[in-house]
Amino acid sequence: MASSDPHSTPDATGPAVRAALGVGLAVSAYGVSFGALAVASGLDVWQACVLSLFMFSGGSQFALIGVLASGGVAAGPAAITSATLLGARNALYSMRMSPIVGGPWWKRLVAAQWTIDESTAVATAQPTPRGQQVGFWVTGAVIYVGWNLTTLLGALLGDLVGDVRQYGLDAAAAAAFLGLLWPRLTARQPIVVAVAAGVVATLLIPVLPPGIPVLAAALVAIVVGITNLFGQRAT
Amino acid sequence: MTVWHVILIASIAVFALKLAGYLVPAQLLERPTPARVANLLTVALLAALTATQTLERAGGLEVDARVPAVIVAAVLFWLRVPFIVVVIAAALVAALIRVLGWLP
Repeated sequence: MASSDPHSTPDATGPAVRAALGVGLAVSAYGVSFGALAVASGLDVWQACVLSLFMFSGGSQFALIGVLASGGVAAGPAAITSATLLGARNALYSMRMSPIVGGPWWKRLVAAQWTIDESTAVATAQPTPRGQQVGFWVTGAVIYVGWNLTTLLGALLGDLVGDVRQYGLDAAAAAAFLGLLWPRLTARQPIVVAVAAGVVATLLIPVLPPGIPVLAAALVAIVVGITNLFGQRAT
Repeated sequence: MTVWHVILIASIAVFALKLAGYLVPAQLLERPTPARVANLLTVALLAALTATQTLERAGGLEVDARVPAVIVAAVLFWLRVPFIVVVIAAALVAALIRVLGWLP
Protein backbone atom coordinates (compact mmCIF):
# COMPACT_ATOMS: atom_id res chain seq x y z
CA MET A 1 0.00 0.00 0.00
CA ALA A 2 2.83 2.41 0.84
CA SER A 3 4.36 2.08 -2.62
CA SER A 4 6.45 5.07 -3.61
CA ASP A 5 4.64 7.48 -5.87
CA PRO A 6 6.72 9.35 -8.47
CA HIS A 7 4.29 12.29 -8.31
CA SER A 8 4.69 12.64 -4.54
CA THR A 9 5.28 16.23 -3.50
CA PRO A 10 5.47 18.00 -0.13
CA ASP A 11 2.11 19.60 -1.00
CA ALA A 12 0.47 16.20 -0.51
CA THR A 13 0.39 16.80 3.25
CA GLY A 14 -2.00 19.76 2.91
CA PRO A 15 -5.12 17.76 1.99
CA ALA A 16 -4.15 15.10 4.54
CA VAL A 17 -4.01 17.66 7.37
CA ARG A 18 -7.30 19.22 6.28
CA ALA A 19 -9.04 15.84 6.15
CA ALA A 20 -7.56 14.88 9.52
CA LEU A 21 -8.73 18.08 11.21
CA GLY A 22 -12.22 17.89 9.69
CA VAL A 23 -12.80 14.26 10.63
CA GLY A 24 -11.00 14.61 13.96
CA LEU A 25 -12.98 17.58 15.22
CA ALA A 26 -16.33 16.14 14.11
CA VAL A 27 -15.66 12.78 15.75
CA SER A 28 -14.34 14.33 18.95
CA ALA A 29 -17.81 15.77 19.53
CA TYR A 30 -19.19 12.22 19.95
CA GLY A 31 -17.17 12.05 23.17
CA VAL A 32 -19.77 14.25 24.87
CA SER A 33 -22.48 11.68 24.18
CA PHE A 34 -20.20 8.84 25.30
CA GLY A 35 -19.29 10.57 28.58
CA ALA A 36 -22.91 11.42 29.40
CA LEU A 37 -24.17 7.93 28.53
CA ALA A 38 -21.35 6.23 30.47
CA VAL A 39 -22.36 8.06 33.62
CA ALA A 40 -26.03 7.32 32.89
CA SER A 41 -25.05 3.63 32.67
CA GLY A 42 -23.76 3.67 36.23
CA LEU A 43 -20.07 4.48 35.70
CA ASP A 44 -18.48 7.32 37.63
CA VAL A 45 -16.64 10.19 35.92
CA TRP A 46 -13.22 8.54 36.46
CA GLN A 47 -14.34 5.25 34.95
CA ALA A 48 -15.74 7.03 31.88
CA CYS A 49 -12.45 8.89 31.41
CA VAL A 50 -10.26 5.80 31.93
CA LEU A 51 -12.28 3.98 29.26
CA SER A 52 -11.64 6.75 26.74
CA LEU A 53 -7.92 6.94 27.65
CA PHE A 54 -7.20 3.20 27.65
CA MET A 55 -9.78 1.58 25.38
CA PHE A 56 -10.07 4.46 22.88
CA SER A 57 -12.39 2.77 20.40
CA GLY A 58 -15.88 4.28 20.20
CA GLY A 59 -17.87 1.19 19.25
CA SER A 60 -16.24 -0.96 21.95
CA GLN A 61 -16.71 1.73 24.58
CA PHE A 62 -20.40 2.20 23.75
CA ALA A 63 -20.87 -1.60 23.76
CA LEU A 64 -19.26 -1.95 27.18
CA ILE A 65 -21.46 0.68 28.82
CA GLY A 66 -24.55 -0.55 26.92
CA VAL A 67 -24.24 -4.09 28.28
CA LEU A 68 -23.35 -2.84 31.78
CA ALA A 69 -26.40 -0.55 31.68
CA SER A 70 -28.77 -3.46 31.09
CA GLY A 71 -27.05 -6.19 33.13
CA GLY A 72 -24.84 -4.47 35.69
CA VAL A 73 -21.60 -6.07 36.89
CA ALA A 74 -23.24 -9.51 36.58
CA ALA A 75 -23.08 -8.96 32.82
CA GLY A 76 -19.35 -8.08 33.10
CA PRO A 77 -18.09 -11.05 31.06
CA ALA A 78 -20.64 -10.34 28.31
CA ALA A 79 -19.65 -6.66 28.36
CA ILE A 80 -15.96 -7.55 27.99
CA THR A 81 -16.69 -10.02 25.17
CA SER A 82 -18.92 -7.54 23.28
CA ALA A 83 -16.30 -4.79 23.51
CA THR A 84 -13.53 -7.17 22.42
CA LEU A 85 -15.46 -8.57 19.43
CA LEU A 86 -16.30 -5.02 18.32
CA GLY A 87 -12.58 -4.24 18.51
CA ALA A 88 -11.69 -7.11 16.16
CA ARG A 89 -11.86 -4.82 13.11
CA ASN A 90 -9.06 -2.70 14.63
CA ALA A 91 -6.71 -5.64 14.01
CA LEU A 92 -7.53 -5.36 10.30
CA TYR A 93 -6.86 -1.64 10.42
CA SER A 94 -3.50 -2.04 12.17
CA MET A 95 -2.49 -4.63 9.58
CA ARG A 96 -3.32 -2.08 6.88
CA MET A 97 -1.46 0.70 8.75
CA SER A 98 1.63 -1.35 9.66
CA PRO A 99 3.63 -0.66 6.45
CA ILE A 100 2.58 3.02 6.53
CA VAL A 101 3.61 3.62 10.16
CA GLY A 102 6.85 1.66 10.08
CA GLY A 103 9.59 2.80 12.43
CA PRO A 104 10.76 1.53 15.84
CA TRP A 105 8.64 -0.52 18.27
CA TRP A 106 7.66 2.42 20.48
CA LYS A 107 6.25 4.26 17.48
CA ARG A 108 4.13 1.22 16.65
CA LEU A 109 2.96 1.06 20.26
CA VAL A 110 1.56 4.61 20.11
CA ALA A 111 0.26 3.97 16.60
CA ALA A 112 -1.58 0.87 17.86
CA GLN A 113 -3.53 2.89 20.43
CA TRP A 114 -4.50 5.41 17.74
CA THR A 115 -5.49 2.82 15.14
CA ILE A 116 -9.25 3.30 14.85
CA ASP A 117 -11.89 3.69 12.13
CA GLU A 118 -11.21 7.35 11.47
CA SER A 119 -7.38 7.43 11.47
CA THR A 120 -7.32 4.44 9.12
CA ALA A 121 -9.98 5.93 6.85
CA VAL A 122 -8.21 9.30 6.52
CA ALA A 123 -4.80 7.67 6.00
CA THR A 124 -5.87 5.19 3.35
CA ALA A 125 -7.76 7.92 1.45
CA GLN A 126 -4.50 9.84 0.82
CA PRO A 127 -2.78 9.26 -2.52
CA THR A 128 0.86 9.54 -1.37
CA PRO A 129 2.82 7.63 1.33
CA ARG A 130 3.73 10.92 3.04
CA GLY A 131 0.07 12.01 3.01
CA GLN A 132 -0.94 8.65 4.46
CA GLN A 133 1.50 9.02 7.35
CA VAL A 134 0.46 12.60 8.09
CA GLY A 135 -3.23 11.70 7.77
CA PHE A 136 -2.87 8.83 10.22
CA TRP A 137 -0.89 10.66 12.92
CA VAL A 138 -2.80 13.96 12.79
CA THR A 139 -6.21 12.24 12.84
CA GLY A 140 -5.11 9.95 15.69
CA ALA A 141 -3.71 12.84 17.75
CA VAL A 142 -6.66 15.19 17.21
CA ILE A 143 -9.21 12.51 18.07
CA TYR A 144 -7.25 11.19 21.07
CA VAL A 145 -7.06 14.65 22.64
CA GLY A 146 -10.57 15.69 21.58
CA TRP A 147 -12.30 12.43 22.49
CA ASN A 148 -10.81 12.43 26.00
CA LEU A 149 -11.61 16.09 26.68
CA THR A 150 -15.19 15.75 25.46
CA THR A 151 -15.64 12.48 27.40
CA LEU A 152 -14.76 14.37 30.58
CA LEU A 153 -17.15 17.17 29.62
CA GLY A 154 -19.96 14.70 28.84
CA ALA A 155 -19.36 12.74 32.05
CA LEU A 156 -19.56 15.92 34.14
CA LEU A 157 -22.76 16.93 32.31
CA GLY A 158 -24.18 13.43 32.76
CA ASP A 159 -23.41 13.64 36.46
CA LEU A 160 -25.67 16.70 36.70
CA VAL A 161 -28.53 14.83 35.01
CA GLY A 162 -30.21 12.77 37.69
CA ASP A 163 -32.95 10.77 35.98
CA VAL A 164 -31.70 9.06 32.83
CA ARG A 165 -35.13 8.37 31.37
CA GLN A 166 -36.57 11.81 32.09
CA TYR A 167 -34.02 13.36 29.72
CA GLY A 168 -34.31 10.57 27.17
CA LEU A 169 -30.70 9.43 27.61
CA ASP A 170 -31.77 5.79 27.17
CA ALA A 171 -33.12 6.67 23.72
CA ALA A 172 -29.92 8.63 23.00
CA ALA A 173 -27.90 5.45 23.66
CA ALA A 174 -30.01 3.47 21.17
CA ALA A 175 -29.64 6.27 18.60
CA ALA A 176 -25.86 6.30 19.14
CA PHE A 177 -25.59 2.60 18.24
CA LEU A 178 -27.75 3.18 15.16
CA GLY A 179 -25.42 6.04 14.19
CA LEU A 180 -22.33 3.84 14.48
CA LEU A 181 -24.09 1.17 12.41
CA TRP A 182 -25.55 3.42 9.69
CA PRO A 183 -22.41 4.15 7.59
CA ARG A 184 -21.67 0.40 7.39
CA LEU A 185 -24.97 -0.47 5.66
CA THR A 186 -23.59 0.09 2.18
CA ALA A 187 -24.25 -3.30 0.54
CA ARG A 188 -26.78 -6.13 0.65
CA GLN A 189 -24.68 -8.43 2.85
CA PRO A 190 -24.18 -6.03 5.81
CA ILE A 191 -27.86 -4.96 5.60
CA VAL A 192 -29.03 -8.59 5.79
CA VAL A 193 -26.65 -9.28 8.68
CA ALA A 194 -27.80 -6.16 10.55
CA VAL A 195 -31.50 -7.03 10.22
CA ALA A 196 -30.94 -10.68 11.17
CA ALA A 197 -28.73 -9.79 14.14
CA GLY A 198 -31.29 -7.26 15.38
CA VAL A 199 -34.11 -9.82 15.13
CA VAL A 200 -32.06 -12.58 16.83
CA ALA A 201 -31.08 -10.30 19.71
CA THR A 202 -34.67 -9.07 20.17
CA LEU A 203 -36.14 -12.59 20.21
CA LEU A 204 -33.55 -13.73 22.78
CA ILE A 205 -34.00 -10.77 25.18
CA PRO A 206 -36.79 -12.43 27.24
CA VAL A 207 -34.99 -15.80 27.26
CA LEU A 208 -31.32 -15.07 28.05
CA PRO A 209 -29.56 -12.92 30.68
CA PRO A 210 -28.63 -9.32 29.70
CA GLY A 211 -25.67 -9.06 27.34
CA ILE A 212 -25.93 -12.63 26.01
CA PRO A 213 -28.49 -11.85 23.23
CA VAL A 214 -25.93 -9.43 21.73
CA LEU A 215 -23.24 -12.13 21.71
CA ALA A 216 -25.67 -14.66 20.21
CA ALA A 217 -26.39 -12.20 17.39
CA ALA A 218 -22.65 -12.14 16.61
CA LEU A 219 -23.04 -15.74 15.40
CA VAL A 220 -25.05 -14.37 12.45
CA ALA A 221 -21.93 -12.49 11.31
CA ILE A 222 -19.71 -15.54 11.71
CA VAL A 223 -22.05 -17.80 9.72
CA VAL A 224 -22.67 -15.28 6.93
CA GLY A 225 -18.99 -14.25 6.90
CA ILE A 226 -17.68 -17.80 6.50
CA THR A 227 -20.26 -18.94 3.94
CA ASN A 228 -20.33 -15.53 2.18
CA LEU A 229 -24.10 -15.74 1.89
CA PHE A 230 -25.68 -12.69 0.21
CA GLY A 231 -22.18 -11.57 -0.79
CA GLN A 232 -21.10 -10.31 -4.17
CA ARG A 233 -17.87 -11.69 -5.60
CA ALA A 234 -15.19 -12.92 -3.25
CA THR A 235 -12.79 -9.98 -3.33
CA MET B 1 -15.73 -8.74 39.47
CA THR B 2 -16.12 -4.96 39.83
CA VAL B 3 -16.78 -2.31 37.18
CA TRP B 4 -13.05 -1.46 37.32
CA HIS B 5 -12.12 -5.06 36.49
CA VAL B 6 -14.52 -5.01 33.53
CA ILE B 7 -13.03 -1.72 32.28
CA LEU B 8 -9.40 -2.80 32.61
CA ILE B 9 -9.79 -6.32 31.18
CA ALA B 10 -11.80 -5.05 28.20
CA SER B 11 -9.34 -2.17 27.60
CA ILE B 12 -6.39 -4.57 27.56
CA ALA B 13 -8.21 -6.91 25.16
CA VAL B 14 -9.14 -4.07 22.77
CA PHE B 15 -5.56 -2.73 22.83
CA ALA B 16 -4.14 -6.22 22.24
CA LEU B 17 -6.24 -6.49 19.06
CA LYS B 18 -4.97 -3.12 17.84
CA LEU B 19 -1.39 -4.19 18.54
CA ALA B 20 -1.86 -7.62 16.95
CA GLY B 21 -2.06 -6.18 13.44
CA TYR B 22 1.39 -4.60 13.83
CA LEU B 23 2.93 -7.89 15.00
CA VAL B 24 1.47 -10.62 12.78
CA PRO B 25 2.29 -11.08 9.10
CA ALA B 26 -0.11 -9.09 6.94
CA GLN B 27 -1.23 -12.06 4.82
CA LEU B 28 -2.97 -13.65 7.80
CA LEU B 29 -6.00 -11.36 8.06
CA GLU B 30 -5.85 -9.86 4.58
CA ARG B 31 -7.44 -13.05 3.28
CA PRO B 32 -11.10 -12.44 2.36
CA THR B 33 -12.87 -14.67 4.90
CA PRO B 34 -11.32 -13.38 8.18
CA ALA B 35 -11.61 -9.80 6.91
CA ARG B 36 -15.28 -10.32 6.00
CA VAL B 37 -16.06 -11.94 9.37
CA ALA B 38 -14.40 -9.07 11.27
CA ASN B 39 -16.33 -6.43 9.33
CA LEU B 40 -19.66 -8.28 9.62
CA LEU B 41 -19.05 -8.82 13.37
CA THR B 42 -19.03 -5.05 13.77
CA VAL B 43 -22.29 -4.75 11.86
CA ALA B 44 -24.02 -7.60 13.77
CA LEU B 45 -22.98 -6.37 17.21
CA LEU B 46 -23.97 -2.76 16.52
CA ALA B 47 -27.34 -3.90 15.15
CA ALA B 48 -27.93 -6.18 18.15
CA LEU B 49 -26.96 -3.37 20.53
CA THR B 50 -29.32 -0.97 18.72
CA ALA B 51 -32.15 -3.51 19.16
CA THR B 52 -31.47 -4.26 22.82
CA GLN B 53 -30.96 -0.61 23.77
CA THR B 54 -34.28 0.21 22.08
CA LEU B 55 -36.42 -2.65 23.39
CA GLU B 56 -34.88 -4.19 26.52
CA ARG B 57 -36.07 -3.22 29.98
CA ALA B 58 -35.28 -5.21 33.13
CA GLY B 59 -34.62 -8.43 31.26
CA GLY B 60 -37.79 -8.27 29.13
CA LEU B 61 -39.12 -6.52 26.03
CA GLU B 62 -40.83 -3.15 26.44
CA VAL B 63 -42.11 -0.74 23.81
CA ASP B 64 -41.74 2.74 25.26
CA ALA B 65 -40.65 6.25 24.19
CA ARG B 66 -37.33 4.87 22.93
CA VAL B 67 -39.02 3.28 19.89
CA PRO B 68 -40.37 6.50 18.27
CA ALA B 69 -37.10 8.24 19.22
CA VAL B 70 -35.04 5.63 17.34
CA ILE B 71 -37.38 5.83 14.33
CA VAL B 72 -36.83 9.61 14.25
CA ALA B 73 -33.07 8.98 14.57
CA ALA B 74 -33.15 6.57 11.60
CA VAL B 75 -34.89 9.18 9.44
CA LEU B 76 -32.35 11.83 10.46
CA PHE B 77 -29.38 9.53 9.73
CA TRP B 78 -30.94 8.76 6.36
CA LEU B 79 -31.08 12.54 5.75
CA ARG B 80 -27.33 12.65 6.62
CA VAL B 81 -27.82 14.79 9.73
CA PRO B 82 -24.60 14.72 11.86
CA PHE B 83 -24.26 12.05 14.57
CA ILE B 84 -24.25 14.34 17.60
CA VAL B 85 -27.33 16.27 16.41
CA VAL B 86 -29.27 13.04 15.87
CA VAL B 87 -28.34 11.68 19.31
CA ILE B 88 -29.56 14.88 20.98
CA ALA B 89 -32.73 14.87 18.85
CA ALA B 90 -33.47 11.27 19.91
CA ALA B 91 -33.12 12.22 23.58
CA LEU B 92 -35.43 15.21 23.10
CA VAL B 93 -38.09 13.14 21.30
CA ALA B 94 -38.11 10.51 24.07
CA ALA B 95 -38.16 13.15 26.82
CA LEU B 96 -41.02 15.02 25.11
CA ILE B 97 -43.11 11.86 24.64
CA ARG B 98 -42.67 11.09 28.35
CA VAL B 99 -43.59 14.63 29.43
CA LEU B 100 -46.75 14.37 27.31
CA GLY B 101 -47.46 10.96 28.81
CA TRP B 102 -47.94 9.26 25.44
CA LEU B 103 -45.58 6.38 26.25
CA PRO B 104 -43.65 5.39 29.39
